[in-house]
Amino acid sequence: MRVGVDRDRCEDHGQCVFAAPGVFSFDDDENLLYDPAPPPGEAGAVAAAAAACPVRAVLVEGAP
Amino acid sequence: MSAAPDPVVVIGAGLAGLRTADALREQGYTGGLVLVGDEPDPPYDRPPLSKDVLTGRVPVSAADLPIPAGLDARTVLGRAAVRLDRAARTVLLNDGTELRYAGLVVATGAGAAPWPGPRTPGPGVHLLRGRRDAVALRAALLGGGPVLVAGAGFLGCEVASAARSMGLEVTLVARGGTPLESAVGARAGAFMAAVQADAGVDLRTGTAVAALPDRRGRVLLSDGTRVAARTVVLALGARPATDWLRGGGLLLDPKTGALLCDSRGRALDLRGDPVPDIVALGDAAAPPHPCPGPGTPSHLALGHWSGAVDRAAGAAAALLGAPPPREPVVPSFWSDQFGLRLRSVGVPGAADRAEVREHDPVRRRLEVVYLRGGRTVGALTVNRTSRLAGHRREIVRGLPGQEVSTDSGIGVGRQP
Ligand SMILES: Cc1cc2nc3c(=O)[nH]c(=O)nc-3n(C[C@H](O)[C@H](O)[C@H](O)COP(=O)(O)OP(=O)(O)OC[C@H]3O[C@@H](n4cnc5c(N)ncnc54)[C@H](O)[C@@H]3O)c2cc1C
Ligand code: SF4
Repeated sequence: MRVGVDRDRCEDHGQCVFAAPGVFSFDDDENLLYDPAPPPGEAGAVAAAAAACPVRAVLVEGAP
Repeated sequence: MSAAPDPVVVIGAGLAGLRTADALREQGYTGGLVLVGDEPDPPYDRPPLSKDVLTGRVPVSAADLPIPAGLDARTVLGRAAVRLDRAARTVLLNDGTELRYAGLVVATGAGAAPWPGPRTPGPGVHLLRGRRDAVALRAALLGGGPVLVAGAGFLGCEVASAARSMGLEVTLVARGGTPLESAVGARAGAFMAAVQADAGVDLRTGTAVAALPDRRGRVLLSDGTRVAARTVVLALGARPATDWLRGGGLLLDPKTGALLCDSRGRALDLRGDPVPDIVALGDAAAPPHPCPGPGTPSHLALGHWSGAVDRAAGAAAALLGAPPPREPVVPSFWSDQFGLRLRSVGVPGAADRAEVREHDPVRRRLEVVYLRGGRTVGALTVNRTSRLAGHRREIVRGLPGQEVSTDSGIGVGRQP
């Protein structure tokens, strides 16, 4: 599974951080950080993050 | 008697309806699915309508919602549900069609609160709820100012922001002492008032629109002043679109009209018991208060984008008789205005105290935590989203029956 964030779309909603805190986080300068190749166990959380992002900026590719 | 089993019927082809239909398929439902919407347009998203669509930064088509692959639903657009018959399990549409259902999803959203006075608003007076409203309002704004916005909730503030960014003169009329006061309190409201003053908004607080524009386009406020306006926007709140359920044997909130439901989204009957074959979510529904406590109403309709999205899986599971999702639903809301990113979690309106943790007017940052009885029930940040996840964990910790697994940071308490 590969995870990406479309930086042009992302508006810091933080919904991905709520849904998949093991994959997405913010640093203290408001930059969104994420693991582009999360372990298979995060698949459900990543799918929830993609669904929760109001601007559809979370991109998921490939099987867990 | 028809041979084919009855379908699941979704009334309301907006965000909540579409997400619930999708969740039903995701959870393995392979039966018939009918999606009914009274607007002629295919499903679209509303948040851009008061922001980038108004300013013209994006075309209105940017708000279109993608239809999920594999949805396989019969879509009936331009027809409204007008009556529910629970005993017969039918919904009557305004073209006389009767739809039988095995399961029903109430996702009819809300409408803009209309002008409460006796006169009917003429041209030049706008409401903003749907896509066509946004197109009409944008055309009016392109014709020039001045603009008067009645109501300084999130919607009114966003419209004021859009109009200012187009260079128009804007008067914003707030009933409270600050903009956004009823949603996020006076501290955050004062921060936003300063932002709006910097942006050149003529903010009038503690007053309301008393009369529609006169023949010379002047609007009378309740403090006796008159304001010239070429365009007036009434941003007076939202009313759940549940009139079609009246007499249908379901429990509507007497004050707001929202359909009451349980934590899984099952609609309540007149005795207050959940019915197994009807779920409700989104702006039409009032689920149990997320942070219940003495003095809070038992059910709360919040009208947030995330509310529709976060409850779709649970509502689908309830209809299918599957176990509920394990994560608790914590409300969240955002607003983009005056170049700022307002983000909120929980229910700031349920607090008895607000604590400002960071206030940086230069970098235009704000962090406010809302507490009730010393417990976090909400948080609001401006340009400080990074702080929200921590507050959200605090809110979850305070929910009844919730446990927090510290490694993942997400509450995994089970609902009854
Ligand atoms: C201009 C605007 C800006 C917003 N901005 C934000 C924001 O920044 N952040 C945020 O969190 N939230 C925002 N919201 C709120 C968010 O858009 C709503 O919470 C969300 O749309 C709710 O989805 P829904 O599907 O319940 O309702 P809706 O999106 O209203 O969809 C319901 C659909 O059902 C249809 N319908 C109604 N009655 C019937 C009937 N009897 N028969 C058939 N169909 C019917 C309606 O016409 C509509 O198409 C905004 C709302 C508006 C209007
Ligand atoms: S939810 Fe979407 S917009 Fe928000 S931070 Fe994550 S990717 Fe960005």
